[in-house]
Amino acid sequence: MMDWEVVIGLEVHVQLKTKSKMFCSCSTDFDSLPNENICPICTGQPGVLPKINRRAIELALIASKILNCKINRISRFARKNYFYPDLPKNYQISQYEEPIGYDGYLELPSGKRIGIMRVHQEEDTGKLLHYIGSRKLDYSLIDFNRSGIPLLEIVSKPDIRSPEEAVEYLTFLRLNLIYAGISDCDMEKGSLRCDANLSVRRKGEKELGVKVEVKNMNSFKSVKDALSYEARRQIKLLEKGEKIIQETRLWDERGGVTKSMRRKEYAHDYRYFPDPDLVELEFDEEFLNEVFSKIPELPLERRRRYIDELSLSEYEADVFISNKEASDFFEEVIKGENDKSFFKEASSWILNDLLGILNERKLSFNELKLKPEHLKELVKLKISGKITSKIGKEIFPVMLEKGEFPSKLLKELDMEQIQDEDEIRRICSCVLKENQKVVEDYKKGKKQAIGRLVGEVMKKTRGRANPRAVNEILRNLLESSP
Amino acid sequence: MSIKEIVEGIKNKKIKAKEVVEECLKEIRERDKGVNSFITVFEEDAIKEGELIDRNLEDLKDKKLLGVPISIKDNILVKGKRTTAGSKILENYIATYDATVVKRLKEEGAIIIGKTNMDEFAFGSSTETSYFGPTRNPVDIERVPGGSSGGSAASVSAGFVPCSLGSDTGGSIRQPASFCGVFGLKPTYGRVSRYGLIAFASSLDQIGPFAKNTFDLALIMEVIAGYDEYDSTSLNEEVPEYSKDIENFDIKGVKIGLPDEYFELGVDSEIKDRILGICKKLEEEGSIIERIKLPHTKYAVSVYYIVAPSEASSNLARYDGVKYGYSNRNGKDLIEDYFLTRRDGFGEEAKRRIIIGTFALSSGYYDAYYLKAQKVRTLIKRDFEEAFKKVDFIITPTSPQVPFKIGEILDPISMYMQDVFTIPASLAGIPGLNFPAGRNKDGLPIGLQILGKKLSEREIFCFSFFLEKILEKEVMDHG
Repeated sequence: MMDWEVVIGLEVHVQLKTKSKMFCSCSTDFDSLPNENICPICTGQPGVLPKINRRAIELALIASKILNCKINRISRFARKNYFYPDLPKNYQISQYEEPIGYDGYLELPSGKRIGIMRVHQEEDTGKLLHYIGSRKLDYSLIDFNRSGIPLLEIVSKPDIRSPEEAVEYLTFLRLNLIYAGISDCDMEKGSLRCDANLSVRRKGEKELGVKVEVKNMNSFKSVKDALSYEARRQIKLLEKGEKIIQETRLWDERGGVTKSMRRKEYAHDYRYFPDPDLVELEFDEEFLNEVFSKIPELPLERRRRYIDELSLSEYEADVFISNKEASDFFEEVIKGENDKSFFKEASSWILNDLLGILNERKLSFNELKLKPEHLKELVKLKISGKITSKIGKEIFPVMLEKGEFPSKLLKELDMEQIQDEDEIRRICSCVLKENQKVVEDYKKGKKQAIGRLVGEVMKKTRGRANPRAVNEILRNLLESSP
Repeated sequence: MSIKEIVEGIKNKKIKAKEVVEECLKEIRERDKGVNSFITVFEEDAIKEGELIDRNLEDLKDKKLLGVPISIKDNILVKGKRTTAGSKILENYIATYDATVVKRLKEEGAIIIGKTNMDEFAFGSSTETSYFGPTRNPVDIERVPGGSSGGSAASVSAGFVPCSLGSDTGGSIRQPASFCGVFGLKPTYGRVSRYGLIAFASSLDQIGPFAKNTFDLALIMEVIAGYDEYDSTSLNEEVPEYSKDIENFDIKGVKIGLPDEYFELGVDSEIKDRILGICKKLEEEGSIIERIKLPHTKYAVSVYYIVAPSEASSNLARYDGVKYGYSNRNGKDLIEDYFLTRRDGFGEEAKRRIIIGTFALSSGYYDAYYLKAQKVRTLIKRDFEEAFKKVDFIITPTSPQVPFKIGEILDPISMYMQDVFTIPASLAGIPGLNFPAGRNKDGLPIGLQILGKKLSEREIFCFSFFLEKILEKEVMDHG
């Protein structure tokens, strides 16, 4: 194993986050009933023509830009011809010779750069259903809802050197695409799909080995497992003196093996040619600048800002950037604030309290009743000393449940801070009377005994007094009495 | 009756729209058996439309095609109606939407009478490859009407309808117009939306009108032309009112080019003499006739028979028996179902072109065929650009021959050569009009082709209108 080097290139397909499809105005909604989002265009009726979705082109340009690609100033769509029932026209509108972007790279957090061969746009196919529940049908059903949804294909160069690195690349690519608003990248919903090309060679060798395409990997874990298996399989064969056959293999999740699907020599001839129904796309400087000016903050930029400007720890910054929803919520909470203790406090509430509860209840941020402005107020009350940590912790679950401002809930629950100093003084006097022994200890010089007295006052007020004020009043009372 | 007469008559309540429709339907019922120009006739619906117009006349008075009966080639979709493209594979296909041109015609009050016969998927020059049997030329029932829009040309020529829509990929409007002795225009590529036209060769297909005179032709164009957001290749250029001021034309000093390549061997001498005779007349009227050269003309048919089948092979892939249309499911698996469906669903010529196109696009052959053909296409385009720097119009015969007999041409290559004079303008994307230039000694129509530069439809109409006038005068002068 040690003498071998694994060489991996990944082909990633992501569904672009557009409201309508690539070449018609049908909705891209994932939760619709089968064949609800279809029209003559995306079902390949006779006589229809494609109409380009401008937003999809913009997203493809942005993806190319953040992947440091060169942009083809004249880009063209091509037809990829093959017959399959999920492809209504029996050709897919894709790109061939003039993709939107080419020759770029993605720099991983580790600093390693993975080359990007090309970024091109295409349309998705429909979905074939061979089962209803677990019953295998003796026919197949077609759902064309997915047909014509805009896809981006991102092809990496064979720069990846291990299955772990493949996952690292995927994770970080995904994060960047999510941050740039290009795709949801939800593997479960199929909005991110990944195929791999893998070969092995002896360390130090210059030539690439025979590559095998691996498909049907449905999670990052299966990417790692499939590629690890495939690397081992190839090495074993070569060590036995056998040859690798160029082919496509499918990952069998249950069996934990890759299985041969088809030999490359039977590969389709896709007969690509420029799609005569679509005119060339021409991007001028002005248009590109306008599109690129709208690129949102990317994960690494955000991470740097969190550490350098907001003084969060590296750990906090990392948790936030890997969870964009949490980070976006945090952004809303800290909007307009510039106090570092505010950032720290807000971050702590989200990372230490909110995330745990969300994970536990399997909720997402948009299902949350708690709004950023509610948390913002809580943080303010806390750092201004208007509530104690204890009150904070008590009121927080109520805020989550009710979706209300803490000030309103505190009032309703009679948990507001006692503003009246005389009232506090009265309670303090009472506590002193009831705790003569502690008072004596204090007077004998055990100054830390005051802590117990403060505790007693807080108990009596159910935490509604400002501990700092209590401390001061008690001290005054103690010092002034003989 | 001309379109102008129909619209005026209905507006002024001299005739009823319903009567106009009924008259058309009666003619079709009585005489189309021998011609076979229609695949489908919308008897009931057309009468209903006529009645609707008569009832709502006051609100419809400014409609340009008020109550005008029109036939539509059966590769253009009319919502809710069968649209076959002359093929078994779409024998029972019902269109789910209106083509843009159909929508525009309906909006201007036109009444669609029915769908006309055509070569299967527009593959042919004689309307003999239709699954629904050949159309016959109304001028001589033994002869072909040309193609592929033979049904449309014949329906106008026979007097069933005053106008029709066809489609032209390599001559499919101009050549049948020539054979049937009517006017027909292939517009500039992109001038008319292709949305709802069953694609043959996307980079060449254009929808265009047939009519009995230039004015009517211009009026139809006025309605159907213009940018359509559903067709990315449609041109976003303003559409002039082609029929307005059509008589404003000064022939003095107008330069007309006669390309040598179109008057060489193979052209019927009577056709040649007739065209040159008309040019002489134009010269007498004050135009300047110049001999010009379009040197790459000889490659045009070869280029066309690579580009067009290549695009067609891809465009026709969707007819697979899965979603709609003819389906043979007796195969042992999916692949065999595809084979059986397409073997039985397509005719011989369609299969020939699919195979040619598939071959030309195959990896290893693409550069030698498709790419090379595209390069030569550019040269042909340049020939015309150069020519139009020197002349205003180019005049050629539309077809090297008068209509031939049904079954006379069996060899595909000879059939392909029928379009030798119409193909170059298609490859260049320029407009071309067939002007019916009288008959030969056997009484068969001769066609004169007027070509102009891109988007010069208005000038072509004015010129054609002028020509119509002087030739009418000639006929009157010489009895």
